[in-house]
Amino acid sequence: MIRFEPRSNPGPFLTYGVPVIAAGIAILLAAIPLALANAPIIKAYGLMISGAFGSVFSISEMLTRATPLILTGLAAAIAFRAKLWNIGAEGQLYMGAMAAVAVGAGVIDGPSWVMIPVVMIAGALAGALMLIGPTLMKTRLGVDEVVTTLLLNFIVLLFVQMMLEGALKDPMSMGWPQSEPIIDSAVFPPLLERMRVHLGLVIALMCAIALAIFVKRTVWGFEIRAVGENAAAAKFSGISVTKTMILVAALSGGLAGLAGVSEVAGTRGYLATDLSPGYGYAGIVVAMLARLSPIGVIASALFVASVFVGADSMSRAIGVSSYLADLIVAMALLCVLIGGFLTRFKVHFERKSAG
Amino acid sequence: MEIIDILLAASFWEAAIRIATPLIFGVLGALVCERAGVLNLGIEGIFTAGAMAGWMAVWLGAGLWGGLLVAALAGGFFGLIHAILTVPLGLSQHVSGIGVTLLATSLSYFTYRTALPDVSSPPRITPFQPLDIPVLSDLPFIGQALFSQTAMTILAFVLVFVTGWVLYRTPLGLAIRAVGDNPSAVEAQGLSVYALRIGAVVVGSAMMALGGAFLTMSAFDAFFFGMINGRGWVCIALTVFASWRPGKALIGALLFGAFDAFQVRLQTEVGAFLPSQVFLMMPYILSIIALIVVARKADYPKALLVPWFKGQR
Repeated sequence: MIRFEPRSNPGPFLTYGVPVIAAGIAILLAAIPLALANAPIIKAYGLMISGAFGSVFSISEMLTRATPLILTGLAAAIAFRAKLWNIGAEGQLYMGAMAAVAVGAGVIDGPSWVMIPVVMIAGALAGALMLIGPTLMKTRLGVDEVVTTLLLNFIVLLFVQMMLEGALKDPMSMGWPQSEPIIDSAVFPPLLERMRVHLGLVIALMCAIALAIFVKRTVWGFEIRAVGENAAAAKFSGISVTKTMILVAALSGGLAGLAGVSEVAGTRGYLATDLSPGYGYAGIVVAMLARLSPIGVIASALFVASVFVGADSMSRAIGVSSYLADLIVAMALLCVLIGGFLTRFKVHFERKSAG
Repeated sequence: MEIIDILLAASFWEAAIRIATPLIFGVLGALVCERAGVLNLGIEGIFTAGAMAGWMAVWLGAGLWGGLLVAALAGGFFGLIHAILTVPLGLSQHVSGIGVTLLATSLSYFTYRTALPDVSSPPRITPFQPLDIPVLSDLPFIGQALFSQTAMTILAFVLVFVTGWVLYRTPLGLAIRAVGDNPSAVEAQGLSVYALRIGAVVVGSAMMALGGAFLTMSAFDAFFFGMINGRGWVCIALTVFASWRPGKALIGALLFGAFDAFQVRLQTEVGAFLPSQVFLMMPYILSIIALIVVARKADYPKALLVPWFKGQR
């Protein structure tokens, strides 16, 4: 018989060790698909590591990838804390990116210290509104937010496509559906010369620290945690669940919107429908690997980013499909879920006694 | 063309039923899982896995019915993962479901790319062909709308009745419904809550996978990346709309198919005035509207999303 016994105090090793072990197991499990693809396994791992960490360039690429993942990871972490199941970060990201382009591609002009905050605020607002809608539908009408946020991802992407063929179309793009470029003063400057890693990384790190302080040290943070742990009890003790949910939606959607701003203003320079290879969905994995801790999100975003960059580079070198990265990330999510179980419960294997 | 003319044409209902077929499989699968108390957000990935596995089995020479079996097994496999994580381990059904979707999707894409590294146009199979049943297919209207579809559509309609019969007319169905409402009472009857829930999720997931397989083996004849395109999520919305009843699931899927077929026809009429994306958004907007319409009176299975542990009272 297998019996589960709750643990009273998991201790630091389990709390911090389990996500690391889960990530490690996911990496090791990747050997199976590599073997099935007839790839040289050791060489493939070597190529993945050097692809993500082998040079200043590859580290810069990895950090560039990590930037939107930190932001979407934070978006998922804060929402899931309050048990607001926001699976719509992908759509919020695109709305944020579109708002950034709407104000940052030449409609208004100004120095960088004006333009950069302007595009950020526009993007965060757009992302926030994108989640406040479904949240109000949940609190007012009782409509499940999981499905609405998921479906909105598809609606937003089509809306972006429509705008890129219409109002936001770049007349100089030779027919490609893409927006006009962000003006120079709104572009996030690179952090290193001739490298892609940009101001967005600093902004993402600051968001993580600010969110950590917000959740731990403010009354609102306390209320968010209270609502997440037991909404009925929180309501009984006088916390307005609706207000808290809307605050969480504004934060979560805003962070996802910022991820879109950062991609447009920092990495791409313009908006296209292939802006995000699923950063919104990967943010859920990032948040779960971080066990919903804002500071942990930084570490897990770096892990997920290095898997993506490493697998891309390995894929180019030996021709194994780069979908391997998505596979590793998905396995990491399932592993950390199981790991989370093991931190909360002791597992006893008992021999059935006779009688 | 008049709207009435559109709605009365057999070809319109033929299209509506064709659009509805994968959704019928999906909604039935989702409602079997949810009736047992488990939300299965793995559906989008399971659709992808069913589409890929079924198609690939046929492409490798398994035959169409063999392909369906492979698709169902693939769906059952991913369902089993979700079931183990959410039933005996009691982990978050939301997160586990998203995890299964990510896993099933990436595994399907990886397998497809590995088997076919550099094909420019996807290889094609010979899919299920339109039926030509003596008498039935020659009936006016319904002969064209229903009995000239492929065998998979007939299978979907049959599955509606089988699912309804099992859920409402057999002791097994009673136990499945009870395990989604009051698991402790089921345990008190000496039945295994774990076995019932795991079984329901595995079977439900296999049904979802058939919906995916319909796309590659009946509606089209090849596998494309991103071809599921949110159909799984639409099924989750339709399940709520259908109040977790197989008969209403059929009606919901048909209504959805009819709306979708209608907007495609409308597009050819007024397409010049509106961007095509407006029409492509309609299915998703419709799903949200369907959710809003039923939200207040939705009667969720009482133990949906609630983990239950052995020995718990």
